[in-house]
Amino acid sequence: MDTSTLFDFSPLVQDFDKIIAGFWATIRLTVMSAVLALVLGTVLAAMRVAPTPVLRWAGAAYVNVVRNTPLTLVLILCALGLSDAMQLTFSDEPSTNYYWWAVTGLSAYTAAFVCEALRSGINTVSVGQAEAARAIGLTFTQSLRLVVLPQAFRTVISPLGSILIALTKNTTIVIVGSYIEAAAQMKQMFDDYGGTIPIFLGFAFGYMVLTLPTGFFFGWLAKRMAVAR
Amino acid sequence: MTENGDATPLVKLENVNKHFGALHVLKDINLTVSRGEVLVVIGPSGGGKSTLCRTVNRLETIDGGRIVFDGQPLPDEGRGLARLRADVGMVFQSFNLFAHKTIRENVTLGPIRVRRKSREEADRRAMELLERVGIAAQADKYPAQLSGGQQQRVAIARALAMDPKMILFDEPTSALDPEMVQEVLDVMVSLAREGMTMMVVTHEMGFARRAANRVVFMADGQVVEENSPDEFFGAPRTDRAKDFLSKILTH
Repeated sequence: MDTSTLFDFSPLVQDFDKIIAGFWATIRLTVMSAVLALVLGTVLAAMRVAPTPVLRWAGAAYVNVVRNTPLTLVLILCALGLSDAMQLTFSDEPSTNYYWWAVTGLSAYTAAFVCEALRSGINTVSVGQAEAARAIGLTFTQSLRLVVLPQAFRTVISPLGSILIALTKNTTIVIVGSYIEAAAQMKQMFDDYGGTIPIFLGFAFGYMVLTLPTGFFFGWLAKRMAVAR
Repeated sequence: MTENGDATPLVKLENVNKHFGALHVLKDINLTVSRGEVLVVIGPSGGGKSTLCRTVNRLETIDGGRIVFDGQPLPDEGRGLARLRADVGMVFQSFNLFAHKTIRENVTLGPIRVRRKSREEADRRAMELLERVGIAAQADKYPAQLSGGQQQRVAIARALAMDPKMILFDEPTSALDPEMVQEVLDVMVSLAREGMTMMVVTHEMGFARRAANRVVFMADGQVVEENSPDEFFGAPRTDRAKDFLSKILTH
Protein backbone atom coordinates (compact mmCIF):
# COMPACT_ATOMS: atom_id res chain seq x y z
CA MET A 1 0.00 0.00 0.00
CA ASP A 2 1.27 3.39 -0.93
CA THR A 3 1.35 5.27 2.34
CA SER A 4 1.57 8.64 0.60
CA THR A 5 -2.19 8.52 -0.28
CA LEU A 6 -2.98 8.01 3.42
CA PHE A 7 -1.65 11.48 4.15
CA ASP A 8 -2.62 13.14 0.91
CA PHE A 9 -4.90 16.12 1.58
CA SER A 10 -5.03 17.18 -2.07
CA PRO A 11 -8.45 15.59 -2.84
CA LEU A 12 -9.97 18.01 -0.32
CA VAL A 13 -8.50 20.90 -2.29
CA GLN A 14 -9.40 19.50 -5.69
CA ASP A 15 -13.03 18.83 -4.79
CA PHE A 16 -13.40 21.84 -2.52
CA ASP A 17 -16.37 23.20 -4.50
CA LYS A 18 -18.22 19.90 -4.25
CA ILE A 19 -17.51 19.65 -0.54
CA ILE A 20 -18.86 23.16 0.05
CA ALA A 21 -21.91 22.29 -2.05
CA GLY A 22 -22.37 19.14 0.06
CA PHE A 23 -22.22 21.05 3.34
CA TRP A 24 -24.49 23.73 1.96
CA ALA A 25 -27.03 20.96 1.31
CA THR A 26 -26.50 19.75 4.88
CA ILE A 27 -27.18 23.25 6.20
CA ARG A 28 -30.30 23.64 4.10
CA LEU A 29 -31.61 20.29 5.36
CA THR A 30 -30.78 21.10 8.98
CA VAL A 31 -32.26 24.59 9.10
CA MET A 32 -35.52 23.73 7.35
CA SER A 33 -35.97 20.51 9.35
CA ALA A 34 -35.15 22.30 12.61
CA VAL A 35 -37.80 24.97 12.02
CA LEU A 36 -40.46 22.45 11.07
CA ALA A 37 -39.51 20.07 13.90
CA LEU A 38 -39.78 22.92 16.40
CA VAL A 39 -43.24 23.85 15.16
CA LEU A 40 -44.51 20.27 14.99
CA GLY A 41 -42.84 19.36 18.30
CA THR A 42 -44.52 22.31 20.03
CA VAL A 43 -47.91 21.31 18.64
CA LEU A 44 -47.32 17.72 19.82
CA ALA A 45 -46.29 18.89 23.29
CA ALA A 46 -49.44 21.04 23.49
CA MET A 47 -51.50 18.01 22.49
CA ARG A 48 -49.85 15.86 25.16
CA VAL A 49 -50.85 18.27 27.94
CA ALA A 50 -54.27 19.16 26.51
CA PRO A 51 -57.40 18.61 28.59
CA THR A 52 -58.95 16.55 25.73
CA PRO A 53 -58.10 12.82 26.08
CA VAL A 54 -58.21 12.24 22.30
CA LEU A 55 -55.51 14.86 21.70
CA ARG A 56 -53.35 13.50 24.51
CA TRP A 57 -53.70 9.99 23.10
CA ALA A 58 -52.87 11.08 19.54
CA GLY A 59 -49.80 13.02 20.70
CA ALA A 60 -48.52 10.10 22.75
CA ALA A 61 -49.16 7.64 19.90
CA TYR A 62 -47.22 9.80 17.44
CA VAL A 63 -44.25 10.21 19.76
CA ASN A 64 -44.07 6.55 20.65
CA VAL A 65 -44.30 5.32 17.07
CA VAL A 66 -41.89 7.83 15.51
CA ARG A 67 -39.36 7.91 18.34
CA ASN A 68 -39.04 4.12 18.24
CA THR A 69 -38.60 3.83 14.49
CA PRO A 70 -35.00 4.03 13.19
CA LEU A 71 -34.43 7.23 11.23
CA THR A 72 -33.07 5.18 8.32
CA LEU A 73 -36.44 3.46 8.00
CA VAL A 74 -38.30 6.77 8.22
CA LEU A 75 -36.19 8.24 5.41
CA ILE A 76 -36.45 5.12 3.25
CA LEU A 77 -40.21 5.21 3.73
CA CYS A 78 -40.23 8.84 2.57
CA ALA A 79 -37.90 8.51 -0.43
CA LEU A 80 -38.56 4.98 -1.68
CA GLY A 81 -42.04 4.38 -0.31
CA LEU A 82 -44.00 7.59 -0.46
CA SER A 83 -42.06 9.33 -3.23
CA ASP A 84 -40.95 6.55 -5.61
CA ALA A 85 -43.48 3.79 -5.04
CA MET A 86 -46.56 5.89 -4.35
CA GLN A 87 -45.54 8.71 -6.67
CA LEU A 88 -46.26 11.40 -4.09
CA THR A 89 -43.83 14.07 -5.26
CA PHE A 90 -43.16 17.63 -4.17
CA SER A 91 -41.64 18.55 -7.52
CA ASP A 92 -40.75 17.10 -10.94
CA GLU A 93 -37.16 18.15 -10.30
CA PRO A 94 -35.67 15.09 -8.47
CA SER A 95 -33.27 17.04 -6.26
CA THR A 96 -36.07 19.35 -5.10
CA ASN A 97 -38.39 16.43 -4.56
CA TYR A 98 -35.91 14.39 -2.55
CA TYR A 99 -34.86 17.48 -0.57
CA TRP A 100 -38.41 18.00 0.64
CA TRP A 101 -38.94 14.31 1.37
CA ALA A 102 -35.71 14.32 3.38
CA VAL A 103 -36.89 17.42 5.26
CA THR A 104 -40.25 15.73 5.89
CA GLY A 105 -38.62 12.62 7.32
CA LEU A 106 -36.07 14.50 9.42
CA SER A 107 -38.56 16.96 10.87
CA ALA A 108 -41.22 14.31 11.56
CA TYR A 109 -38.61 12.26 13.40
CA THR A 110 -36.97 15.16 15.29
CA ALA A 111 -40.35 16.60 16.31
CA ALA A 112 -40.91 13.60 18.59
CA PHE A 113 -37.74 14.48 20.52
CA VAL A 114 -38.55 18.21 20.58
CA CYS A 115 -41.97 17.30 22.00
CA GLU A 116 -40.52 15.22 24.80
CA ALA A 117 -37.90 17.85 25.70
CA LEU A 118 -40.60 20.52 25.81
CA ARG A 119 -42.89 18.34 27.87
CA SER A 120 -40.19 17.94 30.49
CA GLY A 121 -39.84 21.74 30.40
CA ILE A 122 -43.57 22.14 30.93
CA ASN A 123 -43.29 19.90 33.99
CA THR A 124 -40.77 22.28 35.54
CA VAL A 125 -43.24 25.19 35.37
CA SER A 126 -45.15 25.23 38.64
CA VAL A 127 -48.85 24.43 38.59
CA GLY A 128 -49.45 27.82 40.21
CA GLN A 129 -48.33 29.60 37.02
CA ALA A 130 -51.00 27.86 34.98
CA GLU A 131 -53.59 28.38 37.72
CA ALA A 132 -52.83 32.10 37.86
CA ALA A 133 -53.12 32.26 34.07
CA ARG A 134 -56.49 30.54 34.13
CA ALA A 135 -57.62 32.65 37.08
CA ILE A 136 -57.32 35.89 35.08
CA GLY A 137 -59.49 34.38 32.36
CA LEU A 138 -56.96 33.14 29.83
CA THR A 139 -58.15 30.12 27.85
CA PHE A 140 -56.18 26.87 27.85
CA THR A 141 -54.32 27.72 24.65
CA GLN A 142 -53.62 31.28 25.82
CA SER A 143 -52.22 30.03 29.14
CA LEU A 144 -50.02 27.59 27.28
CA ARG A 145 -48.85 30.12 24.70
CA LEU A 146 -48.40 33.16 26.93
CA VAL A 147 -47.38 31.73 30.29
CA VAL A 148 -46.42 28.06 30.33
CA LEU A 149 -44.57 27.48 27.03
CA PRO A 150 -42.37 30.61 27.19
CA GLN A 151 -41.10 29.43 30.58
CA ALA A 152 -40.87 25.80 29.47
CA PHE A 153 -38.81 26.74 26.38
CA ARG A 154 -36.29 28.62 28.48
CA THR A 155 -35.62 25.63 30.71
CA VAL A 156 -35.05 23.27 27.77
CA ILE A 157 -32.83 25.44 25.57
CA SER A 158 -29.79 23.24 26.27
CA PRO A 159 -31.52 19.94 25.43
CA LEU A 160 -33.00 21.57 22.32
CA GLY A 161 -29.44 22.49 21.33
CA SER A 162 -28.44 18.83 21.69
CA ILE A 163 -31.40 17.82 19.55
CA LEU A 164 -30.35 20.33 16.89
CA ILE A 165 -26.79 18.97 16.92
CA ALA A 166 -28.16 15.43 16.61
CA LEU A 167 -30.33 16.61 13.72
CA THR A 168 -27.31 18.11 11.95
CA LYS A 169 -25.51 14.78 12.16
CA ASN A 170 -28.66 12.81 11.35
CA THR A 171 -28.78 14.53 7.96
CA THR A 172 -25.99 12.12 6.94
CA ILE A 173 -28.59 9.36 6.87
CA VAL A 174 -30.37 11.19 4.06
CA ILE A 175 -27.85 9.29 1.91
CA VAL A 176 -30.52 6.54 1.82
CA GLY A 177 -33.04 9.09 0.61
CA SER A 178 -31.40 9.91 -2.72
CA TYR A 179 -30.41 13.46 -1.78
CA ILE A 180 -26.76 14.56 -2.08
CA GLU A 181 -25.44 16.25 1.05
CA ALA A 182 -22.00 16.25 2.70
CA ALA A 183 -21.92 12.57 3.69
CA ALA A 184 -23.00 11.48 0.23
CA GLN A 185 -20.25 13.70 -1.17
CA MET A 186 -17.73 12.04 1.15
CA LYS A 187 -18.81 8.60 -0.02
CA GLN A 188 -18.45 9.77 -3.63
CA MET A 189 -14.90 10.97 -2.90
CA PHE A 190 -14.03 7.68 -1.21
CA ASP A 191 -15.12 6.00 -4.44
CA ASP A 192 -13.11 8.44 -6.58
CA TYR A 193 -9.91 8.64 -4.53
CA GLY A 194 -10.02 5.64 -2.22
CA GLY A 195 -11.00 5.80 1.44
CA THR A 196 -8.26 7.93 2.86
CA ILE A 197 -7.98 9.38 6.31
CA PRO A 198 -7.52 12.99 5.11
CA ILE A 199 -10.92 12.97 3.38
CA PHE A 200 -12.51 11.59 6.50
CA LEU A 201 -10.77 14.21 8.65
CA GLY A 202 -11.83 16.97 6.30
CA PHE A 203 -15.50 16.02 6.55
CA ALA A 204 -15.39 15.38 10.30
CA PHE A 205 -13.93 18.88 10.68
CA GLY A 206 -16.70 20.26 8.47
CA TYR A 207 -19.41 18.80 10.74
CA MET A 208 -17.69 20.21 13.80
CA VAL A 209 -17.63 23.65 12.20
CA LEU A 210 -21.42 23.37 12.05
CA THR A 211 -22.16 21.73 15.38
CA LEU A 212 -19.66 23.21 17.85
CA PRO A 213 -20.90 26.80 17.43
CA THR A 214 -24.48 25.48 17.67
CA GLY A 215 -23.64 23.99 21.06
CA PHE A 216 -21.90 27.12 22.30
CA PHE A 217 -24.72 29.34 21.06
CA PHE A 218 -27.39 27.30 22.83
CA GLY A 219 -25.33 27.20 26.02
CA TRP A 220 -25.04 30.98 25.95
CA LEU A 221 -28.74 31.37 25.12
CA ALA A 222 -29.77 29.08 27.99
CA LYS A 223 -27.86 31.24 30.47
CA ARG A 224 -29.19 34.48 29.05
CA MET A 225 -32.82 33.39 28.97
CA ALA A 226 -32.95 31.64 32.35
CA VAL A 227 -36.03 32.64 34.34
CA ALA A 228 -35.37 33.61 37.94
CA ARG A 229 -37.84 31.92 40.24
CA MET B 1 -74.85 44.33 53.48
CA THR B 2 -75.90 44.88 49.88
CA GLU B 3 -74.56 48.27 49.05
CA ASN B 4 -76.02 48.67 45.58
CA GLY B 5 -79.41 47.42 46.69
CA ASP B 6 -79.27 44.23 44.62
CA ALA B 7 -80.74 41.53 46.79
CA THR B 8 -79.55 38.46 44.84
CA PRO B 9 -76.32 37.08 46.27
CA LEU B 10 -73.24 37.27 44.05
CA VAL B 11 -72.20 33.73 44.94
CA LYS B 12 -74.43 30.92 46.09
CA LEU B 13 -73.17 27.47 46.99
CA GLU B 14 -75.87 24.80 47.31
CA ASN B 15 -75.11 21.41 48.88
CA VAL B 16 -71.58 21.44 47.51
CA ASN B 17 -69.64 18.21 47.98
CA LYS B 18 -66.12 17.31 47.02
CA HIS B 19 -63.86 14.30 47.55
CA PHE B 20 -60.14 13.87 47.12
CA GLY B 21 -60.13 10.12 46.66
CA ALA B 22 -61.52 8.69 49.87
CA LEU B 23 -61.25 12.03 51.67
CA HIS B 24 -64.54 13.95 51.89
CA VAL B 25 -63.16 17.52 51.87
CA LEU B 26 -66.37 19.49 51.39
CA LYS B 27 -69.55 18.21 53.02
CA ASP B 28 -72.87 19.71 51.98
CA ILE B 29 -71.69 23.29 51.96
CA ASN B 30 -74.40 25.93 51.74
CA LEU B 31 -73.09 29.44 51.63
CA THR B 32 -73.84 32.78 50.02
CA VAL B 33 -71.73 35.85 49.47
CA SER B 34 -73.64 39.09 48.96
CA ARG B 35 -72.47 41.94 46.77
CA GLY B 36 -70.04 44.15 48.63
CA GLU B 37 -69.65 41.65 51.43
CA VAL B 38 -66.35 40.62 52.96
CA LEU B 39 -66.58 37.00 54.01
CA VAL B 40 -63.72 35.60 56.04
CA VAL B 41 -63.27 31.84 56.20
CA ILE B 42 -61.22 30.58 59.12
CA GLY B 43 -60.57 27.22 60.69
CA PRO B 44 -57.94 24.56 61.30
CA SER B 45 -55.63 23.39 58.52
CA GLY B 46 -57.03 20.62 56.35
CA GLY B 47 -60.57 21.73 57.11
CA GLY B 48 -61.41 22.49 53.46
CA LYS B 49 -61.10 26.30 53.51
CA SER B 50 -58.78 26.63 50.53
CA THR B 51 -60.66 24.00 48.56
CA LEU B 52 -63.89 25.87 49.19
CA CYS B 53 -62.33 29.12 48.00
CA ARG B 54 -60.97 27.46 44.85
CA THR B 55 -64.31 25.95 43.88
CA VAL B 56 -65.78 29.43 43.38
CA ASN B 57 -63.72 30.00 40.20
CA ARG B 58 -63.64 26.28 39.49
CA LEU B 59 -59.93 25.79 39.98
CA GLU B 60 -61.36 22.86 41.93
CA THR B 61 -64.27 20.98 40.40
CA ILE B 62 -67.05 19.73 42.65
CA ASP B 63 -68.66 16.28 42.82
CA GLY B 64 -72.11 17.33 43.94
CA GLY B 65 -74.35 20.32 44.44
CA ARG B 66 -74.04 23.53 42.48
CA ILE B 67 -72.44 26.94 42.53
CA VAL B 68 -74.16 29.99 41.09
CA PHE B 69 -72.16 33.11 40.34
CA ASP B 70 -73.99 36.33 39.49
CA GLY B 71 -77.15 34.41 38.64
CA GLN B 72 -75.43 31.85 36.39
CA PRO B 73 -74.35 28.31 37.30
CA LEU B 74 -70.58 27.91 36.85
CA PRO B 75 -69.79 26.78 33.28
CA ASP B 76 -68.07 23.41 32.96
CA GLU B 77 -65.15 24.25 30.70
CA GLY B 78 -64.05 26.34 27.76
CA ARG B 79 -64.69 29.97 26.96
CA GLY B 80 -67.64 30.36 29.29
CA LEU B 81 -65.47 29.32 32.20
CA ALA B 82 -62.65 31.63 31.09
CA ARG B 83 -65.13 34.54 30.98
CA LEU B 84 -66.32 33.73 34.49
CA ARG B 85 -62.77 33.60 35.81
CA ALA B 86 -62.04 36.99 34.29
CA ASP B 87 -64.76 38.35 36.59
CA VAL B 88 -63.45 36.59 39.69
CA GLY B 89 -60.05 37.79 40.85
CA MET B 90 -57.82 35.39 42.72
CA VAL B 91 -54.89 35.99 45.02
CA PHE B 92 -52.86 32.90 45.88
CA GLN B 93 -50.86 31.95 48.93
CA SER B 94 -47.69 31.62 46.82
CA PHE B 95 -48.38 34.80 44.74
CA ASN B 96 -47.93 32.98 41.40
CA LEU B 97 -46.80 36.05 39.51
CA PHE B 98 -45.75 35.15 35.97
CA ALA B 99 -42.03 34.59 36.49
CA HIS B 100 -40.95 35.50 32.94
CA LYS B 101 -42.85 38.79 32.80
CA THR B 102 -42.15 42.14 34.41
CA ILE B 103 -44.39 43.51 37.15
CA ARG B 104 -46.09 45.80 34.64
CA GLU B 105 -46.63 42.93 32.18
CA ASN B 106 -48.06 40.79 34.95
CA VAL B 107 -50.72 43.40 35.55
CA THR B 108 -51.46 44.17 31.87
CA LEU B 109 -51.55 40.60 30.48
CA GLY B 110 -55.18 39.93 31.41
CA PRO B 111 -56.57 43.34 30.40
CA ILE B 112 -54.84 43.11 27.00
CA ARG B 113 -55.46 39.44 26.19
CA VAL B 114 -58.80 38.87 27.90
CA ARG B 115 -60.44 42.31 28.07
CA ARG B 116 -58.97 43.35 24.70
CA LYS B 117 -57.83 46.72 26.00
CA SER B 118 -55.17 48.68 24.14
CA ARG B 119 -51.63 48.47 25.50
CA GLU B 120 -51.65 52.20 26.38
CA GLU B 121 -54.89 51.94 28.32
CA ALA B 122 -53.78 48.77 30.10
CA ASP B 123 -50.42 50.35 30.94
CA ARG B 124 -52.05 53.48 32.34
CA ARG B 125 -54.43 51.47 34.50
CA ALA B 126 -51.62 49.15 35.61
CA MET B 127 -49.51 52.09 36.79
CA GLU B 128 -52.50 53.53 38.70
CA LEU B 129 -53.00 50.20 40.46
CA LEU B 130 -49.30 49.70 41.15
CA GLU B 131 -49.22 53.22 42.54
CA ARG B 132 -52.11 52.34 44.76
CA VAL B 133 -50.43 49.23 46.18
CA GLY B 134 -47.12 51.12 46.47
CA ILE B 135 -45.06 49.22 43.86
CA ALA B 136 -45.04 51.69 40.95
CA ALA B 137 -41.29 52.23 41.25
CA GLN B 138 -40.66 48.51 40.65
CA ALA B 139 -42.84 48.23 37.52
CA ASP B 140 -40.03 47.10 35.23
CA LYS B 141 -38.50 44.53 37.58
CA TYR B 142 -39.19 40.81 37.51
CA PRO B 143 -41.15 39.07 40.30
CA ALA B 144 -38.08 37.29 41.71
CA GLN B 145 -36.50 40.71 42.39
CA LEU B 146 -39.32 41.70 44.77
CA SER B 147 -39.97 40.72 48.38
CA GLY B 148 -42.89 38.43 49.19
CA GLY B 149 -45.02 41.28 50.47
CA GLN B 150 -44.36 43.31 47.34
CA GLN B 151 -45.15 40.32 45.12
CA GLN B 152 -48.43 39.75 46.89
CA ARG B 153 -49.40 43.40 46.47
CA VAL B 154 -48.63 43.08 42.75
CA ALA B 155 -50.84 39.98 42.69
CA ILE B 156 -53.66 42.06 44.16
CA ALA B 157 -53.08 44.74 41.51
CA ARG B 158 -53.16 42.02 38.84
CA ALA B 159 -56.53 40.84 40.14
CA LEU B 160 -57.88 44.40 40.32
CA ALA B 161 -56.78 45.17 36.76
CA MET B 162 -59.51 42.84 35.48
CA ASP B 163 -62.20 44.95 37.24
CA PRO B 164 -63.50 41.80 38.92
CA LYS B 165 -66.90 41.43 40.52
CA MET B 166 -65.23 39.78 43.48
CA ILE B 167 -61.79 38.67 44.63
CA LEU B 168 -60.90 35.36 46.24
CA PHE B 169 -57.98 35.44 48.68
CA ASP B 170 -56.53 32.00 49.40
CA GLU B 171 -54.37 32.47 52.52
CA PRO B 172 -52.74 35.60 51.07
CA THR B 173 -50.39 36.20 53.99
CA SER B 174 -49.47 32.65 54.99
CA ALA B 175 -46.29 32.52 52.91
CA LEU B 176 -45.05 35.94 54.03
CA ASP B 177 -42.39 36.92 56.53
CA PRO B 178 -44.11 38.42 59.59
CA GLU B 179 -42.99 41.98 58.90
CA MET B 180 -44.59 41.89 55.46
CA VAL B 181 -48.01 40.69 56.53
CA GLN B 182 -49.27 44.13 57.50
CA GLU B 183 -48.54 45.83 54.16
CA VAL B 184 -50.67 43.23 52.38
CA LEU B 185 -53.45 43.37 54.96
CA ASP B 186 -53.55 47.17 54.68
CA VAL B 187 -54.27 46.90 50.97
CA MET B 188 -56.96 44.31 51.64
CA VAL B 189 -58.61 46.42 54.32
CA SER B 190 -58.76 49.42 52.00
CA LEU B 191 -60.36 47.24 49.30
CA ALA B 192 -62.90 46.01 51.82
CA ARG B 193 -63.71 49.61 52.81
CA GLU B 194 -64.33 50.47 49.17
CA GLY B 195 -66.97 47.79 48.90
CA MET B 196 -65.14 45.10 46.97
CA THR B 197 -66.80 41.71 47.38
CA MET B 198 -64.21 39.46 48.96
CA MET B 199 -63.92 35.89 50.13
CA VAL B 200 -60.85 35.61 52.31
CA VAL B 201 -59.33 32.41 53.66
CA THR B 202 -56.95 33.51 56.36
CA HIS B 203 -55.45 32.92 59.77
CA GLU B 204 -55.26 36.67 60.42
CA MET B 205 -57.83 37.18 63.16
CA GLY B 206 -57.01 40.89 63.30
CA PHE B 207 -58.04 41.26 59.67
CA ALA B 208 -61.22 39.28 60.28
CA ARG B 209 -62.15 41.57 63.17
CA ARG B 210 -61.31 44.74 61.32
CA ALA B 211 -62.70 44.09 57.84
CA ALA B 212 -65.08 41.13 57.80
CA ASN B 213 -68.83 41.46 57.57
CA ARG B 214 -69.23 37.80 58.35
CA VAL B 215 -67.02 34.99 59.58
CA VAL B 216 -67.42 31.38 58.51
CA PHE B 217 -65.72 28.78 60.68
CA MET B 218 -64.89 25.59 58.80
CA ALA B 219 -63.62 22.30 60.18
CA ASP B 220 -63.58 18.77 58.78
CA GLY B 221 -65.13 19.90 55.51
CA GLN B 222 -68.17 21.47 57.12
CA VAL B 223 -69.33 24.97 57.94
CA VAL B 224 -69.46 24.69 61.71
CA GLU B 225 -70.37 28.24 62.57
CA GLU B 226 -71.34 31.39 60.72
CA ASN B 227 -71.61 34.72 62.48
CA SER B 228 -70.61 38.38 62.64
CA PRO B 229 -66.99 38.83 63.67
CA ASP B 230 -67.88 40.43 67.01
CA GLU B 231 -70.18 37.61 68.01
CA PHE B 232 -67.93 34.89 66.64
CA PHE B 233 -64.81 36.08 68.43
CA GLY B 234 -66.69 37.33 71.50
CA ALA B 235 -69.06 34.43 72.02
CA PRO B 236 -68.45 31.41 69.81
CA ARG B 237 -71.40 29.05 69.94
CA THR B 238 -69.79 25.70 69.15
CA ASP B 239 -67.18 23.79 71.13
CA ARG B 240 -65.14 23.26 67.96
CA ALA B 241 -64.86 27.02 67.42
CA LYS B 242 -64.14 27.69 71.12
CA ASP B 243 -61.39 25.10 71.04
CA PHE B 244 -59.90 26.59 67.85
CA LEU B 245 -60.01 30.16 69.14
CA SER B 246 -58.49 29.23 72.49
CA LYS B 247 -55.56 27.69 70.67
CA ILE B 248 -54.78 30.65 68.45
CA LEU B 249 -55.69 33.58 70.69
CA THR B 250 -53.87 32.62 73.88
CA HIS B 251 -50.32 33.11 72.66
